[in-house]
Amino acid sequence: MAFRSAVITFPGSNCDRDMAVALEQVSSTAPHRVWHGDSDLPDGLDFIAVPGGFSYGDYLRSGAMAARSPIMQAVIAAAGKGVPVLGVCNGFQILTEAGLLPGALMRNAGIRFVCKEVALEVENSQSLFTSAYSAGQVIRVPVAHHDGNYFADEATLDRLEGEGRVAFRYAEICNGSARDIAGVLNEAGNVLGMMPHPERAIEAAHGSSDGRALFESAIRGLVESA
Amino acid sequence: MRGRGAAPDSTKGSSMKVRVHVSLKNGVLDPQGRAIHHAIEGLGFGGVKDVRAGRLFELDVDESVSDAQLDDMASKLLANMVIENYRIERVGA
Repeated sequence: MAFRSAVITFPGSNCDRDMAVALEQVSSTAPHRVWHGDSDLPDGLDFIAVPGGFSYGDYLRSGAMAARSPIMQAVIAAAGKGVPVLGVCNGFQILTEAGLLPGALMRNAGIRFVCKEVALEVENSQSLFTSAYSAGQVIRVPVAHHDGNYFADEATLDRLEGEGRVAFRYAEICNGSARDIAGVLNEAGNVLGMMPHPERAIEAAHGSSDGRALFESAIRGLVESA
Repeated sequence: MRGRGAAPDSTKGSSMKVRVHVSLKNGVLDPQGRAIHHAIEGLGFGGVKDVRAGRLFELDVDESVSDAQLDDMASKLLANMVIENYRIERVGA
């Protein structure tokens, strides 16, 4: 059974091709490429990726303009029907701005753009996106962002932790994120946003292939639910 | 030929200027404000206790645009209500 995925491209996206290559390598099927101005997604999608970059030049706030683009209305509708949605980096910012995930991504606590490989702890290994990892496993994945400082009020943070919705935590100092949160899930568990780039850690030549299991988790989940 | 700075069509009712001030909520850390504060001190100015950075939007709107509509614009787009507050000020024509 072919894995039907889509990668959304906004003006200013720059990780869309990496995401498409990663999805094709892991699933053996090239994803659909969807433009921000489209108002419909292809039918029968198994996975939607909102990639990193600087959509709309980060005007207003990172992800703010993209979150109000025509295609995001279709992504919000698909997420509501249970289609898995992954937002990476700017994609995470877009998903929070679109209201699909709680909280906000603020300027890094150290002001500077952070571009390095970081250690992440897999906090929840039961989710659709993380089942191929083990709980507490430490993986290495690159980050590259200016606005990755996760913020939510204390009550929201407590709820996220209590419901197992923190997918990944930084295992080293990165950007000042509340409780070192690197990736969060929505309530239904079918939307994941994360600042680190799993699509940049797919094969040995990348220096780490620890991101691969994230895509394998999603594909395995689909096969098992079919 | 119509130039870039062509006058707006003024036949559709008079317009007014609205300012939307967006600022970070209390308790939300402001790394930019802190860096600006540091720079102010670096210039030798004393007596500044804290700096919070915000944004100002100036909108030219028809007078018919209601307060409720302005509220909607601010809360749905101009401010991120997770981290920011806004204040709307009508400043006249």
